[in-house]
Amino acid sequence: MLRLAVIDYLLLGTYFVFVLGVGVALRRSTRSSTDFFLSGRSIPAWVAGLAFLSANLGAQEVIGMAASGAKYGIATSHFYWIGAIPAMAFVGVFMMPFYYGSRARSVPEYLRLRFDEKTRGFNAISFATMTVFSSGISMYALGLLLGAILGWSFSVSIFVSAAIVLAYIFLGGLTSAIYNEVLQFFLIVAGLTPLVFLGMQDVGGWQGLTQRLALTAQQHGFAAGAWTDSWRHMGSPASNPMGVEWFGLAMGLGFVLSFGYWTTDFLVVQRAMAADSMSAARRTPLIAAFPKMLFPILVILPGMIAIALTTSSGQTPFKLPVKADGSLNYDMSIPLMLGHYFPPGMLGLGLTALMASFMSGMAGNVTAFNTVWTYDIYQAYVNKKATDRNLLWMGRASTVFGIALSVITAYAATRFNNIMDLLQLVFAFVNAPLFATFLLGMFWKRTTGHGAFIGLVSGTLAAALHHGLTLPGTALAGIKGGWLGAVLHHYPSEMAQNFWTAIYAWTTCFVVTILVSFATTPKADAELTGLVYSLTERPREEGIVWYKRPGTLAIVAIAASVVLNAVFF
Amino acid sequence: MLDVRLPIGLLFTFFGAVLALYGAVSDGTVYARSLGHNVNLWWGLVMLVFGLVFIYLARRKNRLRT
Repeated sequence: MLRLAVIDYLLLGTYFVFVLGVGVALRRSTRSSTDFFLSGRSIPAWVAGLAFLSANLGAQEVIGMAASGAKYGIATSHFYWIGAIPAMAFVGVFMMPFYYGSRARSVPEYLRLRFDEKTRGFNAISFATMTVFSSGISMYALGLLLGAILGWSFSVSIFVSAAIVLAYIFLGGLTSAIYNEVLQFFLIVAGLTPLVFLGMQDVGGWQGLTQRLALTAQQHGFAAGAWTDSWRHMGSPASNPMGVEWFGLAMGLGFVLSFGYWTTDFLVVQRAMAADSMSAARRTPLIAAFPKMLFPILVILPGMIAIALTTSSGQTPFKLPVKADGSLNYDMSIPLMLGHYFPPGMLGLGLTALMASFMSGMAGNVTAFNTVWTYDIYQAYVNKKATDRNLLWMGRASTVFGIALSVITAYAATRFNNIMDLLQLVFAFVNAPLFATFLLGMFWKRTTGHGAFIGLVSGTLAAALHHGLTLPGTALAGIKGGWLGAVLHHYPSEMAQNFWTAIYAWTTCFVVTILVSFATTPKADAELTGLVYSLTERPREEGIVWYKRPGTLAIVAIAASVVLNAVFF
Repeated sequence: MLDVRLPIGLLFTFFGAVLALYGAVSDGTVYARSLGHNVNLWWGLVMLVFGLVFIYLARRKNRLRT
């Protein structure tokens, strides 16, 4: 367990004071519901861009990506280089004109404008439930983590962090969340950069790391480069630790899951909607793409270093702990390395970075929740004539009960872990087909509301059906799949099963939406102006300096990500 | 509205100054674990410079406006 010195507490405490201070300072400029939910559409592109990145950078992401780095090696970068960059480029160049241009205040509201009420309702309700639930789950994870590394009590960790996030969002709304996300971004970089530097020096640079990881790979029965090549061993699921093959990876992760998340999840899209102009909104995901593609250095590399040191020690012994079931506890990679390399002072900074990443993830969920709740549930179904004052009040109230529900979820997770796994599974089914609906909705004007809704529902059912009829590895029928009785296919790993569940869901939604659309009446062209590609004027790029043009930025981002894939092939 | 660079600049300046000062006065033996590097001092100075640059940028923009 780590022992903190006075200086570590001083840094952590100062951080909390600053976070609250930002909320207090923004209180006066939060007067209308647009200020509270959309930052008055006044955020500069670089700020929105870093917030876009940071909202997704919860503690689970940081801890989890390091864990995957240890477990699967550099192939984890696929979650960044093909699992994020192309989708971020796509949403910036092609989709933002409709999100921002339609003046929709949320992603469900866009669905209302483009399709109909039931499609919006389906999306709004599932999304609102999911955000509350996921912030509860990450709170639970944080409570366990702080208990394990610092010996803090579960309740103290949860209540302190929840109270701080609550206070700053309550005061300053989305602006407060965005400002703190940017602060958190810099803290995460500041806390993890020296850790990677020290770790890399200890293992003997990239060359030393490759040699050590070759040993790790051989111990697990793989080719020497299995931990340090990202594509070379993807020919067959048996030759890489992820247990996936290139097609499932490229289609499942690179296309369906990645585009589904980065282009339709209101948690990230909201940051771009808050930007101060159309051009800034389009640049938001593109600005985020550049730090995003370098983040594997900060979050995946530490995991690779941790497993390399566990296989063969550096200057002083370092071992990942073993769990009760005999497997290594990969989640401890970053926390243990902080304790291993950082003296008092830097340790405080490192922990502040972890707390920051936790809070940015939670604030992302909370601000997305209070907006969807207020605009798409409260204003849509409960109080249709709500005044702006009502909406602002409801925004603050829903921040309070959203966080309260998350805290309850966190406590529930300590007792009913299976129910939590089940809920997460259901949300995965609901999310999988979403991108097909948006793609058709934005680029094919013939798509109808009935088509979208029936497509979504059948995509979700297809996901459930596929999961219920397949099993990963040696798992038994139950939460891992196969619960429909018959098992039609065994996947080599859970990840492969996830990717293919997504592929089936997406394809079903895509086909059904098209078929039903042909059988139903589309909206008139006049109603779809600004919502569909063929009926919307292209945003002009002529007046913008070349390096600020979304198209240019997108090409550079994709080219850079191709280079990274090639270098670490 | 508050310029986001101001709180970031202030926090990094404070963190940097505290870490650098602590690094300058602390007993060298604690740096065995950081492979002999006085990370508090060096990283503290980096953070300090970053913080000051951000404060400068935030204040310059303010002055341009008024």
